[in-house]
Order: sequence, then C-alpha cells, then structure tokens
Amino acid sequence: MSVDLEHYLVVGSILFAVGLYMALAKRNFVGVLMGIELMFNAVNLTFVAFSRFVESPNPLDGHVFVVFVITVAAAEAATALAIAMLLYRVRGTIEVDEINLLKW
Amino acid sequence: MDDTGTVVAFWMLAVITVGSALGTAAVRNLIHAVVFLVISFTGVAGLYITLSADFLAVTQVLIYVGAISILVLFAIMLTPRGDRGNQEGFLRLPAVLLSGLLAATMIFVALDTDWNISDRAGFEDTATDIGEALLDKFVLPFEIASVLLLVAMLGAIVLVRPEGAVEEE
Amino acid sequence: MILAKWYDFRTIANPVGELLDQLRDWGAPDWVPYVVSSVIAIVAILLWVILSVLAFIWIERRVVGLMQNRIGPNRVGPFGMLQPVADALKLLLKEPITPRAADKLIFLAGPIAIFIPTIVVFAAIPFGERMALADLNVGVLFLIAIGSINTLAVFMAGWSSNNKYALMGAMRTIAMLISYEIVQVLALLGPVLFVGSMNLGQIVGWQDEFNTWILFIQPLGLLFYIIAGAVEMNRSPMDIAEAESEIVAGYHTEYGGIKFGFFYQAEYLAGFAIAAIVVNLYLGGWTLWGLEEWVPSWLIFFAKLYGFFFLYIWMRGTLPRLRIDQLMTFAWKYLLPLALLNILVAGGEVLLWREAELSRNVALPTFAVVNFAIAGIAVVGWARVLGHARKDHRGGRATLTQEVGAVFYEGAANP
Repeated sequence: MSVDLEHYLVVGSILFAVGLYMALAKRNFVGVLMGIELMFNAVNLTFVAFSRFVESPNPLDGHVFVVFVITVAAAEAATALAIAMLLYRVRGTIEVDEINLLKW
Repeated sequence: MDDTGTVVAFWMLAVITVGSALGTAAVRNLIHAVVFLVISFTGVAGLYITLSADFLAVTQVLIYVGAISILVLFAIMLTPRGDRGNQEGFLRLPAVLLSGLLAATMIFVALDTDWNISDRAGFEDTATDIGEALLDKFVLPFEIASVLLLVAMLGAIVLVRPEGAVEEE
Repeated sequence: MILAKWYDFRTIANPVGELLDQLRDWGAPDWVPYVVSSVIAIVAILLWVILSVLAFIWIERRVVGLMQNRIGPNRVGPFGMLQPVADALKLLLKEPITPRAADKLIFLAGPIAIFIPTIVVFAAIPFGERMALADLNVGVLFLIAIGSINTLAVFMAGWSSNNKYALMGAMRTIAMLISYEIVQVLALLGPVLFVGSMNLGQIVGWQDEFNTWILFIQPLGLLFYIIAGAVEMNRSPMDIAEAESEIVAGYHTEYGGIKFGFFYQAEYLAGFAIAAIVVNLYLGGWTLWGLEEWVPSWLIFFAKLYGFFFLYIWMRGTLPRLRIDQLMTFAWKYLLPLALLNILVAGGEVLLWREAELSRNVALPTFAVVNFAIAGIAVVGWARVLGHARKDHRGGRATLTQEVGAVFYEGAANP
C-alpha cells in the first residue's frame, strides 16, 4: 500500500472540478471567489506533487511556482473583495445574476 | 512513499480536503461554507507536508488560513444586506456536467500517463533552496510579484475609500 | 556532559530514549517508537500547560493585586492558592448557555478553534536539550503561521454570537492581530538572519556556540516582539477589545461556563507560547553559559519562561490601556518602519561579518553597541519625527481653574 503521484493528481483534479463548479454556478460573488481559491489550491497541490515525484534537473522549481501562485492569489483575492464591496455599495447586492447592466 | 505513517496521513488528509471542498459547495449558509473552505486549506497544507514541502505548508497556512480567509469573512461582513445564502444560480446543471467531464478527463489522463517518476527521497531543506532560487534564478518574477502586491494593495485601498474622503484631505 | 543513561533526568530524552530502545528490542514495528515518543511528549506538554495555567491564574492575581496596593485573592486556601481550583470548578459547573439566535455550529466551534492553535504552537518549541516534539526546519515560520489562526477563531466567536457589540469587539481584535502580525514577523526575522536558519534548535545552538544571547545584538527586535506579543495575547495594556469597562467582554461576551474557560486559558497559553518563543530566540533557550551541565535544561528553560512572563504581568499591573486607534497608529506608523530598519541593519551586519571575515570577539560586541545605539536613536528620533514627543504632551501638575458653589474657608469670615 503506497502513495504515488496518481493519488495526488486525483485529489487535485477533484478539488479543481469542485472549484470550477462553484465558480460557474454560485449565485453569490463570494461563492464564486471561494471556487477560484479552491482552483488555485488544486493547481498548487499538483505543482508540488509533480515537483516531488517526477524526474527533473531542478525539482524545487515547482515550489517556487507555488510561492508565486500563492502571492498572486492573495493579491487577486484582495482586489476581488474590494470590487465586491464596491459593487455592493453601487448596486446594493452581491448576487452575480443581478449585476447585469450590460445585458442586451 | 510506502511507509505506514505517510499512507495513513495521506488518506485522512485527502478525505478531509475533498470532503470539505464538497461541503463548501453544498452547505446552504455562506459562513459555514467559508469555514469548510478553511478546513480544506488546512487539509491541503497537510498534504504538502506529506509531500515533504514544509516551507510551502506553513506558507499556505499563514497566507490562506491566516489572511485570505479573513479577507473573505470581512467581505461577507461588510455587505450587511447582501445575500448570505450559498445557493446556485441557473447554470447549475451545465456547471455540474462541465466540471464532472473535466474531472473525469483529468483523472483518466493522470492515471493513464506514464509519468517519469524518479526514485528521489523527500526534500531535505526546502526553505534555503527556495530562498536561493528566489534571489538567483527567479529574481525578476520576485520583483514583479512584489510590485504586483503593492499595486493590489493600493488598488484595494483606493477602491473602497468612502465617498467624499478626498475633499477632507 | 549529559550522560546517556536513562536515569539522567537533565533531559527527558534519556528515559524516553531508553524506553524506545526497549520497545525496539521487543520487536515492535517501525512506527511504534515514533508514536510512543510523540504520545509521551504530547501528554507531558499538556500536563505542563494545564499546571502552568492553574498556577499563573493565582500568581497573576496576587502579583497584580500587590502592585495595585491591595491583597488579591486570599480566601480560598492558604494564601488563596486554591483560587484557580475554585475558578476552574466554577467554570465547569456553570450552565452552558447558547443564545437562541446564535449560529450553533460556529458558536460551539469558537472555543475549540481558539484552543487548537495555542496548543499546537508548543509542538515546535525546544523545552530542553533534545526535548522538542518536532524540531522543524521552518520552526519560526511555523510559530507565526499557527499564531495567525487565532484571528479566525476570534472572528468565529464574535460572528456567531449574533451580538453587534461582540462583532465590533471581534473586528477590533482582528484588526489589531493582523497589524501586529507583520511587526511580529519582522521582529522574529532578526535572529533568523544572524543564525542563518529557521530551526529553533539551531537558534538555541547558535546562542550556545557564540556564548551570547541574541537579546544583546537585537534589542530593537526583542522590544518589538514583546509589544507585538502583548497584542497577540489581547493582554493589557492592549486589551481594548475585551476589557470589561469598554465593551463588556468583546468577542467572548456571549460565552459562559467552560466555553469562556477555553478563551480564558487560551490567553494564558498564548502568553506562555510567546514567552517560550522569546526565551528560545532572544534569551538563549535552555542554555545558560554552561550551567546546563549541572542543572536540568528544562528547569533553566522554565525559570527563564516564568521570569519573562512576570514582565507581562508587570506591564498589566502598571500601564494604562491603549485606545484602538492609538494601537493601530502605533503599529503602522511607528513600529513597522522601525522593524524594517532593524532588518536592514541586521542584514547589513551579517553581510559585513561574512565578507570581512571578522572574528566573533570583534564582531559581536561591535554589533551589540551599534544596535543598542541605533535602537535608542531610532525609538526616540522616530517618535520626535512623528510628533509624539513634544514637550506639551507631558502631563503637568493639576491646577485649580474654577471654584463653584458655596465655598467656606476655615477661620475666615463666611457669608
């Protein structure tokens, strides 16, 4: 009984799929954002799994990528939540179905 | 990796992580969904430890659990008459189909491909090597990332400044 | 000079190591020694933590009482020493009330969520020679990361109470905690720069090898970490968010009974964790310039820890409470630039030490003198620059400005 690369990839795929579902289907802006964060986590997990298991001249590049992904995810979460608060202030709601000013 | 401790830890953490992610999508209350998301983040940090990525695990806890979760909770709190439910919109069925198909495809590719697995043991001291790489090979992305963080911070502050605050200065 | 015999209790690793060797001789599978040593360490840490909290409830109340010129608890046992037992029993036997409109799941999860990080922090701390439960290579970052989970627990407690004052207290507490986290990280980076590793055992070993405490070469870092630690503990003079005269009890207003007991002891545990971090990073850990060969290393560690925690009790009894906006201004405008300056100077000194290949007897005293000078100049100068040290801010003597009502003077002609 051992744990291989495939196990981590399956976990990452499931996390990514759940995050994608939330990003597409949730009615609340914060729900969409949570889905995006789940997708980031899935991608990071896959990076680290590959860096650990796969033959490579510099295996730690995967870890450095993850550091950058975490950084960008933090910046994106801050900006997205600022936008959410501004949307609430302007439109009075944070449901993504109601924010449809450009709808024909 | 086939010692008993790692296997047990992996299965427990995988169940916790995936279960919490499904809980985030499934619960009806938004705050409960955020709590499940935090548990999922911690599960991923535990999975990093089983992959001997110690620096990344503590960084994940510090940034995701310690900061991004607080951001999400503040956003929920500062929109008082916003929707506090976690229900889905009208795209529910297509989203389920799409994500199910995507998961099936990725899992099939992951299980079917012959990855070039190496017999390397776990990493020894990732923090030192990551630090050296950040300042040696990846110094340009490092600097750009810091500028990006600065811009994001300034942007968030400017965006949510209350109306009329500029005239008070 | 520590013998490797099982009866040498100067380090607990000796009897435990003997037990593990016995287990291996009896043919146990590979994971059994690891699990057994972990279980023994966890039980020992939990026991120590509970006993320390109980003792310090009494010590703190007596000492603060004596500082405030009153007696403190003295009724429950000889000198009031059973007061903690009475407190614990009272908290256990109280009715656990949950508000009807509270979010029950998160309301119950709040005390658990505040207890877990404050206990997990003790896993990475070396209590003595070879006595760390997990000697992590990223020990310092682990301590900071686990400490940052406290903010979530505070939010959960404040939100689920469904009480707008609890929520306000929780918001203020979270704002304080995240601001001082940055100061904490920067203050803890100083010793890491000098030692070159985030491993707590190696930091203590560096202080042992170079025969110095990092306190002497990083006084500004220690000062900032003491302040940031006091804020992380929600402790006076920074307890604006949970002080009784300000906001009833802040984020734990609605909690009673043993749930409040969890929050109460989490404050003490956070204090012990911060004191343990300071003792390991700045005060030399379990070493004492050679005394650890006769005295058990963990006794030295506990003596330093309790002695340092007395400083926090002293601060509580003496200093007035800070307002929330004073706290936030202090963190962002005063502490953060000075902490960055501290890192800059520390980095420069380490680089100078390596490049010029100075011997330690030249480098360390120079760095100590230079750092103390920079600390003094920076602390006073930056306060002047920010405009906080003007002469008219100092309190003057009280003067009589107005007399109202009927005023009768003794011996004079009265109307």
